[in-house]
Amino acid sequence: MDSALRELYQEVILDHSRHPRHYGVMEGASHKAEGYNPLCGDKVTVYLQLDADGRVGDIKFEGKGCAISQASASMMTDMLKGRSQAEAEKLMQGFLHLVKGEDASDLAEDDRERLEVMGGISEFPMRVKCATLAWHTYKNAVEEGAT
Amino acid sequence: MTAPLLHNKSKIAASPPAPPSADRRTSFDAEKARADFAILSRQVYGKPLVYLDSGASAQKPDVVLDTMRNFARQEYANVHRGVHFLSAAATDRYEAARRTVQKFLNAASEDEIVFTKGGTEAINLVAYSHLMPTMQPGDEIVLSVMEHHSNIVPWHFLRERQGAVLRWVDVRDDGSLDIAALDAAIGPKTRLVAITHMSNVLGTITPLKDIVARAHAKGVPVLADGCQGAVHETVDVQALDIDFYAITGHKLYGPTGIGALYAKTAHLKKMRPFNGGGEMIREVMKDRITYADPPARFEAGTPPIIESVGLATALDYLMSLDRAAVAAHEHDLLAYARQQVGQFNWLRVIGDAPGKGAILSFEADGMHAHDLATILDREGVAVRAGHHCAQVLMERFGVASTSRASFALYNSRTDVDALIAGLHKARGILGHG
Repeated sequence: MDSALRELYQEVILDHSRHPRHYGVMEGASHKAEGYNPLCGDKVTVYLQLDADGRVGDIKFEGKGCAISQASASMMTDMLKGRSQAEAEKLMQGFLHLVKGEDASDLAEDDRERLEVMGGISEFPMRVKCATLAWHTYKNAVEEGAT
Repeated sequence: MTAPLLHNKSKIAASPPAPPSADRRTSFDAEKARADFAILSRQVYGKPLVYLDSGASAQKPDVVLDTMRNFARQEYANVHRGVHFLSAAATDRYEAARRTVQKFLNAASEDEIVFTKGGTEAINLVAYSHLMPTMQPGDEIVLSVMEHHSNIVPWHFLRERQGAVLRWVDVRDDGSLDIAALDAAIGPKTRLVAITHMSNVLGTITPLKDIVARAHAKGVPVLADGCQGAVHETVDVQALDIDFYAITGHKLYGPTGIGALYAKTAHLKKMRPFNGGGEMIREVMKDRITYADPPARFEAGTPPIIESVGLATALDYLMSLDRAAVAAHEHDLLAYARQQVGQFNWLRVIGDAPGKGAILSFEADGMHAHDLATILDREGVAVRAGHHCAQVLMERFGVASTSRASFALYNSRTDVDALIAGLHKARGILGHG
């Protein structure tokens, strides 16, 4: 099989897309935003419970989309939970670099190891937006999504 | 306000049409025609290109590209304004292109052909110039749920800005148009029926002649979006007695940047100018203005001159073929593909209307259309994935997106086989969700 495809659709990604973590509606979320990719019609809603200091106390997502967008959202919720805003921002920037095939050495070692499974997307420029949809929606929820 | 839609997830007809026999022979040689398109011999990712996205945009035969280049190298200048040699030559070619479109659609007069930048602009021209000046709040536009956004959004503009009411006509679960429902939707306040000739998602061909007869019986004009229909069907606007028919060049094996609106002379004479600028005027003074006669009235600014020559060449190319045989070839590909995908119990075909055109849309269990399209792409197979600019239709069938294979005159059963092999592979990678 095509090695780039194998890299893209590796088991970790398929597992996240089939069994997304932190999936569902969060009642009483402090922040919330909807993301939409008009190219494919994919939609994602990100719910946050931010602590007083901005730390991600809880996070959930809901939506429909391709394996990449669902897996990316699922991994994102796994990794953002418990982080401060500064940590989350750093993680997001590193992730964006990674999926665009740019230098992601600013990521902490263990974060990079976990996110590396998404690196195969850089070979598929048409699909990068699928991977970044949830992250941009998260950012939007923090900045403009106070409920 | 729009009439309510059916939102239920529909059952899709299960029984595929029987494929015609494989040994069908026609007077159209698809393999020979394929050689006319240089791009089809290229590879992608080291695999032969299997282009099944002609519904989005068709490839262009070498003769179109060569003619455009030669025209630009030998005869190009602006049209309708110079007295010099090249301007006269270019004007001749541009107006000859208009006559070619006239012939292609069998319009009564070349003056009934307005060049536009594409199908979208042709439909917008009808909205802005034909309807908008006389639209009253509560006036109705009848359209089907299978319209492309280009035949929806201009009418939404009239709804938002002038209080028009959109009357939606549903399709049946097999994708066919419910003609009785359409007839019933046409009432005393209906100002226009706007309907596709062939759905870009379902492949459904609409019975335009019947639609026009029913609408005219109530004094209502009809606009057909022929962007897909004109590619696969032979169009005779006089026999259809249709009021407006929109086409686009790039789906007709011609260049981008050009399309045309056919409109009956009686309508064109009453239509308000759309864009203002050069070429569309007779006389401009400080305090008044008079306009050129149609079609020039609706062609402000320098038109797509080189593209007009390309479009005419593409239409000549099409008309040089036995179009009935081309249609039979495309139907054979569709029937073969339909039969082949019938083996997959994890795949739902959306659109099985009788007599439909060569478009196959489907949804696969546990496989998002974009993932599927990415895997097919790596096999060299180009399909479209998404909502196909038909979100109202997606809602009707309860899907967010579909994959679509569309067949053109240059496709073959080998292309279908590559699609099927790609689907097997995708199932192997993504399946069993």
